Amino acid sequence: MAMLEVKDINVYYGAIHAIKGISLAVEEGEIVTLIGANGAGKSTTLRTISGLLKPKTGAINFLGNNIAGMPAHKIVREGISQVPEGRRIFAEMTVQENLELGAFTRNDTAEIQNDFKMVFKRFPRLEERKFQLAGTLSGGEQQMLAMGRALMSRPKLLLLDEPSMGLAPLLIKEIFNIIADINKTGTTVLLVEQNANMALSIANRAYVLETGRITISGDAKELAASEDIRKAYLGG
Amino acid sequence: MVGAYIGFAAVTIGGLPIFPALLVSMALTACLGMLVERIAYKPLRHAPRISLLITAIGVSFFLEYASMYFVTPTPRTFPEVMPNISFNVGGFIINGQQLLILGITIVLMALLTYIVQKTKLGKAMRAASFDTETAQLMGVDSDKIISMTFCIGSALAAAAGVLVGVYYNTIDPLMGIMPGVKAFVAAVLGGIGILPGAVVGGILLGVVEALVAGFLSSTFRDAAAFAILILVLLFKPTGLFGKNTNEKV
Ligand SMILES: Nc1ncnc2c1ncn2[C@@H]1O[C@H](COP(=O)(O)OP(=O)(O)OP(=O)(O)O)[C@@H](O)[C@H]1O
Ligand SMILES: [Mg+2]
Repeated sequence: MAMLEVKDINVYYGAIHAIKGISLAVEEGEIVTLIGANGAGKSTTLRTISGLLKPKTGAINFLGNNIAGMPAHKIVREGISQVPEGRRIFAEMTVQENLELGAFTRNDTAEIQNDFKMVFKRFPRLEERKFQLAGTLSGGEQQMLAMGRALMSRPKLLLLDEPSMGLAPLLIKEIFNIIADINKTGTTVLLVEQNANMALSIANRAYVLETGRITISGDAKELAASEDIRKAYLGG
Repeated sequence: MVGAYIGFAAVTIGGLPIFPALLVSMALTACLGMLVERIAYKPLRHAPRISLLITAIGVSFFLEYASMYFVTPTPRTFPEVMPNISFNVGGFIINGQQLLILGITIVLMALLTYIVQKTKLGKAMRAASFDTETAQLMGVDSDKIISMTFCIGSALAAAAGVLVGVYYNTIDPLMGIMPGVKAFVAAVLGGIGILPGAVVGGILLGVVEALVAGFLSSTFRDAAAFAILILVLLFKPTGLFGKNTNEKV
C-alpha cells in the first residue's frame, strides 16, 4: 500500500470548484512531482493534504489512516510536514526560533539538538545567521530556513510548494540537489513545481494538473521525453 | 473589576493576606477570561477585526452591568492590606502601598516578558499572531493558544484590579471603564502590539495627566488623555515606537 493515497477529492473555495476529483499516490521513498500552470490547483492539493483545507468529498490515506478533514496541527504529528508556497517564515523571529517552532510537536530535547546539527550541516548559511531575524535573510536563505524548519519535525513525508520560486538559476540547482539528498536520507517527497524541467529531473514519477484535474501521469523520465509535455510545459 | 471583587472577597470574606488573595483573584479571573473567549470570541474567529473590538466593548459592559446585580452598584471600601509606613528615598516619599504596586508590577512584567520571549508557549503565541496558518503547520493548535492568551491577559487584568483597589481603597463595578480606555490610549501612544511601547506610553500618559492636574486643574486630567489619543491618531497613528507597517487592533 502506498504511503499516501489521495482518492477522488473535491475541494471548493466557497462556490469555486478548485479541485475536481483528483486521485494520486506516493510510495515510500519516492520523489513525486505535481506540475501544472498557474491556477491549476497545485497548492490547493498540497494544502488539502496538510490539513489547511478540507475536501468536500474523497479520502486521503496516510500510512493507513484517513486524514481527510483532520486539523493541520494534528496532521504534522502524523508525519507530514509542508513547506508552504512563498516560504512563510516567521520574519520577526530569529533563525533559531523558526527552527525551534519546526520542532514544536516534539519533546525529545537531545534528539532535537541532533536535528539542529543536521539542519545546520545541510544549510551552513543558517548556522552563521542563527540569531539574525528571519525577515532579514535573502530569498534563497529564507527557502533554506523554510525547508530546515519543516525537517525539524522529522517528517516521513515532506510537501514542498514551489521551492524554486523567485530564485536565481544557480540557487535553484542547489535547492534541487538538497531536495534529492533529503530524499536519499529517507524522507519521501511530494514536490509541486512550475519549473517542470528541474522537477522532472529529480522525480521518480509525475502528475500533470490542469484546472483542477489530473490529465497526465507517469514515469518522470518518460514524461520529460514526451513530445506533448515538452511543448506544453518545458518550453519546446 | 472582576479581579478586584474576587480579591476583595478573598481578603474580607476569606480572610487571606494580600499575596494569596492576589493569586486567587488572578486564577479565577483567568478561568473567566477563557470562558468568555469560548463563548464570545471563538465564534468570531474569521470575523473582521472591527467585530472583535465591538465585542470587546460589549463584553466589558455586559460584565460590568451584570455584576451590579450581584455586588450592587455601591462602592466598597478595600481593606488596608499594607502597614501604613513610608520611606524617604532621596527626597521622594514612597509609601508601603506604592512599593507593593511597583514590586508586583515589575515581577509580573518580567514574568510576561519571559513567557512571551523564552517559553515554547510564548514562541507559539508569537508565531500564531504573526501567521496563524503557518503556525498550524508547525503543530500549533491556534484555538488552544488563543485561549491561553486570554488566560494570561485576564490574570494580569485581575492583578491590576486588585492593585487599584489597594491603592484607592475603593472598588465599584464600573471602576474598570476609565482605566480600560486609558490603557488603550497608552497602547496606541506606545504603538499597538509593542510591549515596551505600552509601558512607555503608560508612563508618559501618567506624567502628562499629573502635570495637567497639577498646573491646570484636575478636571482636565481625562481631557488630556483623550487629547493625546486624538493627536497620536492624527499625526503618528503607529504610535511612538511603531514602524509604518501593517495595521493591527
Ligand atoms: N483563497 C482562495 N479563494 C478563492 N479561490 C482561490 C483561493 N486560493 C486559490 N483559489 C483558486 O483556486 C484555483 C487553484 O489555485 P492554486 O493556488 O491551487 O493554484 P496553483 O496551481 O498553486 O497556482 P500557482 O502556480 O500560481 O501557485 C485558482 O483558480 C485560484 O484562483
Ligand atoms: Mg501555488
